[in-house]
Amino acid sequence: MRHQHCCMPSVKHILCAATLSLAAALPAAAQEFKLGVVTFLSGQAAGPFGIPAKNAAEITVDAINAGALPAPYNKKGIAGMPVKMILVDENGGPSKQVTEYRNLVERDKADAVIGYVSSGDCLAIAPVADELKKLTILFDCGAPRVFEEKDYKYVFRTRPHGAMDNVAAARYVADILPNVKKVNGINQNYAWGQDSWEDFTKSMAKLKPGVEVGTSQMPKLGAGTYSSEISALLLNDAQLVHSSFWGADLESFIQQAKARGLYDKQLLVLTAGEPSMFRLANEIPDGAVIGARGPFGVFAPDNALNRWFRDAYQKKFDSPPSYASYVMSQAILGLKAAAEKAMAKNPKPSGEDIVTALEKLEFEAPSGTVKMSLAKGHQAVQENAIGRFKLQGGKATIVDVKRYPPECVNPPEGTTAAKWIEAGFPGAKC
Amino acid sequence: MQTLIAIVVDGVIYASWLFIVAAGLTLVYGVMRILNLAHGSLYAIGAYAGASAVVWYFARNYPVAGSYALLVIAAIVSGALVGLLVERGLLRLMYGRDEVVMVLVTYGVLLILEDAIKLVFGVEAYTAFQPYEKMGRTSIGGMTFATYDLALVAVSIVVALALWWGVNRTKQGKLLLAVIADREMATALGINVTRVFIVTFVIGSVLGALAGALTAPAIAVAPGLGVEVIVLAFAVVVTGGLGSIEGALVGALIIGIARAAAVHLWPQVELFVIYGVMALVLAVRPQGLFARAGARKI
Repeated sequence: MRHQHCCMPSVKHILCAATLSLAAALPAAAQEFKLGVVTFLSGQAAGPFGIPAKNAAEITVDAINAGALPAPYNKKGIAGMPVKMILVDENGGPSKQVTEYRNLVERDKADAVIGYVSSGDCLAIAPVADELKKLTILFDCGAPRVFEEKDYKYVFRTRPHGAMDNVAAARYVADILPNVKKVNGINQNYAWGQDSWEDFTKSMAKLKPGVEVGTSQMPKLGAGTYSSEISALLLNDAQLVHSSFWGADLESFIQQAKARGLYDKQLLVLTAGEPSMFRLANEIPDGAVIGARGPFGVFAPDNALNRWFRDAYQKKFDSPPSYASYVMSQAILGLKAAAEKAMAKNPKPSGEDIVTALEKLEFEAPSGTVKMSLAKGHQAVQENAIGRFKLQGGKATIVDVKRYPPECVNPPEGTTAAKWIEAGFPGAKC
Repeated sequence: MQTLIAIVVDGVIYASWLFIVAAGLTLVYGVMRILNLAHGSLYAIGAYAGASAVVWYFARNYPVAGSYALLVIAAIVSGALVGLLVERGLLRLMYGRDEVVMVLVTYGVLLILEDAIKLVFGVEAYTAFQPYEKMGRTSIGGMTFATYDLALVAVSIVVALALWWGVNRTKQGKLLLAVIADREMATALGINVTRVFIVTFVIGSVLGALAGALTAPAIAVAPGLGVEVIVLAFAVVVTGGLGSIEGALVGALIIGIARAAAVHLWPQVELFVIYGVMALVLAVRPQGLFARAGARKI
């Protein structure tokens, strides 16, 4: 009834329409764009991912507010307003994150939310975001099934999903070890580790039919000590060890495996090794295959945005940005690009306008071009790059870099990553 | 054959680590009837103290040998200080309360110490690999093991013997046994129970910190370390029997060997095995392997 009243052709109708327009405008009668940023500020993932992402958010937002970014982002603010960042700790699990998300949207009146490293958190937040009709950008989580199991209107992921990490790693291994016969694996026992290992072994099976699995070790997240697992790897004489380990687990494993001489016998393939390669420059063996989960960090192209990003990050935090920093910055830039596209049609765009503008958007980031081409324009694809570690003059470097176009390592629209790999990568353009 | 050797050696290495972690927890429970969940934080504090000391030490190019002594010193200093602070500052005010209340109190301490660690050491992982790396490798049955891991087995044997000797062959140990047997009677006989409690808690804390400090060179020391380890330590002491040093030793060995066997033969059940063993033992002996079922006092 209220709806009918509001839409009766009268003076009241005009007032109602005006009120609705004002209510939908972004943000309601405010002078700033409130951006919720959720990442790990405590817990195991804070060091390798959460804090680098927070740092990246700070320098990107500061540069946006100062109008100090290179083109095409050199206009101040988002949707013409200065950005106010509301930072939230992602630690605590999906249930807590859903509560925090509701707080951000309903209490703090965030205009958009960018967040979530953990795939579990992404899977929990996405339906709530659609329920609350709030533009939400998943900046780092990798699970392909976020958009494979359901369509979302208000949820986007501005980084490629995790399947391409392992498809690219398998392609790289097939190139550098054409006679590979047997592979070992050690991955953390949760969705990330299990999916990574499955994608890698299934990709290897398609690229090199007949490849055997020696042993697949799945210690729990945060196990720390891997003596038994390393013995099992040593007893299975495969040519390589695949691992999607990250953070302290990765660093502990690298050290313990080195002390046991594992690298003398098996090639190390680390799909998420890039954030640790500078810290462990003297521990990682030369030749180890390193990935950064996309064209990030050392694999990022030489463009104006990347030069700005690397310099600003190095200057403020005295260390180079890792992939978590890159994906945070590109999520914020994707939001800004969408807001500016929406402003071309409406100088004061609503949240809905920005959502529409972000669908199927192609925008530039420090990591190169990002195409929102999967999941009806809600999931990004990018190229991937893989290389080999080499200590040169005491510095950690990457050599023998191979780049794989987006269409080579990402499934096309309309299929899932698992089915695409199972089918032998139909339609892949390498 | 190599698999069997690997299972035994890996099992013993893991068991020795579990025992050092669990010994302090079970000692404190045995004497004070406090299931000290903050033991995990003492492990983490020991790990951070050890790693920081080693980083400082090697930055000055001192000889490697001294770093091992430094790890032990860091553990004793940090464990004793924090243990004393927790016991005198908080726990002594709670004595006489129900065991469940003490669990909640020590859980609160765990959370506070986790945040304190973050404030002091930040969220970046600390690495101090030199003592681990410099000990080299040892070959057993055609397989290479890190000598440092094997040295930990020797350390855990020393800790077990020292605890056994201290409890069973010294006057202080006899007093401790009297307090364990009957706290009220011990008080009536003139034993200074408060002092026994302080000493026990500090020794338990130092053992927790020692476990952390000795583990630090093998791992990247990162936030959350204490929470991870307390669950494992709890499984060990419950399997062996709460309050029993011998129980912790046997519990650690059973769990260590079972886990190593799972890793080598059936890696998919590795996570399940630890708690599966615990559940099996508790199904047969609800009080654990070595704890005696006590008569309830009225």
